Amino acid sequence: MSWEPVIGLEIHVHLKTRTKMFCRCELEYFAPENSRTCPVCLAHPGTLPVPNKRAIEMTILLGHALDCEIAQHAVFHRKHYFYPDLPKGYQISQYDEPLCIDGAFTLPTAEGDVAVGIVRAHLEEDAAKNVHMGGAEGRIAGADRTLVDFNRAGTPLVEIVTGPDLHSSEHAKRFLQLLRQTVVELGISDAEMEKGSLRFDVNVSVRPEGSDELRTRTELKNMNSFNFAAKGIEREILRQIQVYESGGQVEQETMHFDPGNESAPPLRSKEEAQDYRYLPEPDLVPLEPPRDLVEELRTQLPELPGARIDRISEEIGFELAEGLVVSGRDRLFERVGGDRKAVANILMNQFAATGVDPALVDPEELSKLIMARDQVPRHVFTEALAASADPGFSAETYLGDGQITEAGDLEPLIDQVLAANPEQVELYRSGKQGLLGFFVGQVMKETEGRANPKLVNELLRQKLDA
Amino acid sequence: MIDTLRLTAKQVNDLLENGEASSDEIFAAYRAAIDERDRELNSFLHVCDDAPGEGIPIALKDVVSTNGIPTTAGSKILEGYLPVFDATVAARCKARGLRTIGKTNMDEFAMGSSTENSAYGPTRNPWDPDRVPGGSSGGSAAAVAAGLTPWALGSDTGGSIKQPAALCGVVGLRPTYGTVSRSGIVAFASSLDQIGPITKTVADCAFLYSVIAGRDPGDTTTVELSEPVEIPTAEDLQGLRIGIPKELNDNPGIEPGVGEAVNAAIELCRDLGAEVGETTLPRSVEYGLPCYYLIAPSEASSNLARYDGVRYGLRRTDGDVREMYMRTRDAGFGDEPKRRIMLGTYALSAGYYEAYYGQAQKVRTIIRDEFRTALERFDLLVSPTSPTVAFPLGAKTDNPLAMYLSDVLAIPPNMAGLPGLSIPCGLSEGLPVGLQLIGPQFSENLLFRAGHALERALAFDYVPPRLK
Repeated sequence: MSWEPVIGLEIHVHLKTRTKMFCRCELEYFAPENSRTCPVCLAHPGTLPVPNKRAIEMTILLGHALDCEIAQHAVFHRKHYFYPDLPKGYQISQYDEPLCIDGAFTLPTAEGDVAVGIVRAHLEEDAAKNVHMGGAEGRIAGADRTLVDFNRAGTPLVEIVTGPDLHSSEHAKRFLQLLRQTVVELGISDAEMEKGSLRFDVNVSVRPEGSDELRTRTELKNMNSFNFAAKGIEREILRQIQVYESGGQVEQETMHFDPGNESAPPLRSKEEAQDYRYLPEPDLVPLEPPRDLVEELRTQLPELPGARIDRISEEIGFELAEGLVVSGRDRLFERVGGDRKAVANILMNQFAATGVDPALVDPEELSKLIMARDQVPRHVFTEALAASADPGFSAETYLGDGQITEAGDLEPLIDQVLAANPEQVELYRSGKQGLLGFFVGQVMKETEGRANPKLVNELLRQKLDA
Repeated sequence: MIDTLRLTAKQVNDLLENGEASSDEIFAAYRAAIDERDRELNSFLHVCDDAPGEGIPIALKDVVSTNGIPTTAGSKILEGYLPVFDATVAARCKARGLRTIGKTNMDEFAMGSSTENSAYGPTRNPWDPDRVPGGSSGGSAAAVAAGLTPWALGSDTGGSIKQPAALCGVVGLRPTYGTVSRSGIVAFASSLDQIGPITKTVADCAFLYSVIAGRDPGDTTTVELSEPVEIPTAEDLQGLRIGIPKELNDNPGIEPGVGEAVNAAIELCRDLGAEVGETTLPRSVEYGLPCYYLIAPSEASSNLARYDGVRYGLRRTDGDVREMYMRTRDAGFGDEPKRRIMLGTYALSAGYYEAYYGQAQKVRTIIRDEFRTALERFDLLVSPTSPTVAFPLGAKTDNPLAMYLSDVLAIPPNMAGLPGLSIPCGLSEGLPVGLQLIGPQFSENLLFRAGHALERALAFDYVPPRLK
């Protein structure tokens, strides 16, 4: 028999608001432990939540991007469990009346578009962070002691739940990548897995090909990269197939993939299933977003990454188009002239390898460089790509012969430039480091673009910082 | 000589304004009264030696968070807890120059009707120290009745202002839900909790209400008052239609002496020009109390989850985190909070929610509708506040249901979100009887007007005879 995997995702995204969801503490990932707290997020007696308007707007914007219906009447609920990272003993979340419902997200794939249903996207608050000291696994069980950092407590969090509409680990991975790129471009989240501002759980089951039943699923939690997730899903699919083929039954269970970074309630085995005792939050009135605000937010939607993949695919094929879009390089691609496929390939390979931020690159200069790439040695081309986001980058420098690469040739020129611009030198030394680009530009002008920019940068820094 | 037993807040204010006494002299006089009379009564959990401000003293129920002043809500689990901020009502009192003289005793987490559930010992009734002052705001009511403060704030979830005001012979207002901020009030049942004044006169009550009421951005369930608070001056009830809900007045638990005093007050309403008629609230009175005992414990079980020993208050360590929770909560909570946490946890559990909490919320809508209908025909409804006068200490401590029934008349309007004013209307067996006036939402001005006219005609002497 042949088997079809059935995969659904639950994705948590931190919203990039200035302050927390229900109090006015500033969100600062790198702040010292417990320095971003107040009586509200520490759940002192009598404190009340006041919702963050910006977080609600961001969720509605996301709802539009996911083609959701924006509820006219949404309700916050209390979700109860005891854990040291949950100061109130309940999380303010949404339950049966979430803000965004019934959406769809189109995932372009090599085989055509896959429609992924969005069951809901709701707004809630994140828990604090437990740090378990001692013990073997960094889990609470067996730890010598547990320290709690409440800086994260109350961070606005959107939970997006998809339908069971993905049927391969590859598509699940691509969906996650595209969704991540979407929230980043909407400006509502950093969605960085290392910081925990993007987390996801995966529900996996399998069924005989052609059937539409939904069999018992297992939940994979806390996976820390998209590739890791794809591998984990693949492994779980094979395991379940094996269970069925050997005449067994799949048990409902939760698998923690990253026990060191536990942030979910413990005790999730079937025997000790959680009863969250949901209660409509009596401290908050129902959320009824004004319709004109909802419509206004709809007009703010940019062209979404999924649509851009479709558009760019027509020129260069799906694989390259998807790669460019989910890596955030497609905007640069569209502004760099030259053979489409060649530009795309370079951006996805040599350019990607340099780690240069595409947003800082002058597309015209990059275009010149790419068009003349056959005239320069490979290592010079790579060096040029790596420098392409430097201030004052000029392709000319790396092309043709007359490049000035000797410090001795450049130093007198640099001294001359510095002597001619005493005010800027003063400003630079008082902290306006951005002026480096100005000096580089001056030297380039003097050398008609022939100076090696890397060397110019180095020498200028030496002299200015001296 | 500052006669703390007799002076109303208005009269204290007159002394200040006329330069007859300084704010410090007044504060000292009440402070001395506490030293003299509170050893017997135990109405204060914490007494302040000084407080900023140029105005008159006020006592705050110990559910009101006060910056730097202990706030325990009558519980061991908050022993030693010092708030780092003022509740909105405390801040508003401060802003008007009112000086916090102390924090008053209460049933633990406001759960009770006698103040015997305080973890710090019961408060005694100034009219008879062998009897309870009512509860849960028993400390505030006793302190006002005994002249230990000109006025006080209490909190009312299921009668906790109205009932002790009645049992101590003072005035208490439970305001319309949403008119007074709950920000900084130790929560019991969020959808019912309201802060309100306990005073010697209706005029004082109106004034103190004007200080604390009004929208607070820190409590999204509050609203702006639709009209300014008026200090009442009315001497009659001309033009008012007063309804007598049958079930609230014929309740089998009502003591004969209480019924007689209330009936006399109803006659007085007629004499003062009101049109009086009978009305009915069959489901509200039958189901009000049972609904309350599903909704309030459910919310309480949630609100009390934060007392886990992790961040403040009592912590009992020994063993793992689960044991810390269990030991801390076992040692910190008294029997009544434990009882209600269990009731509420059960009512919210999967599979029971719809049958209990969900059903109670539906019945609440029915109660609201029933009151609305009654209040279309009548401007106000009246009844006894409590079926009995103050009962002896210990009389009901072994029988929670009997204790719960003490609020059977006070709870139904609370379930409908309506304001209620309790004023003393006479004596039964030498103990005060309270008259409950119920109006539509936001009808506080009307309650004050009617309460003031009745108070004037009744000429009740609020000073307990044994203290004279």
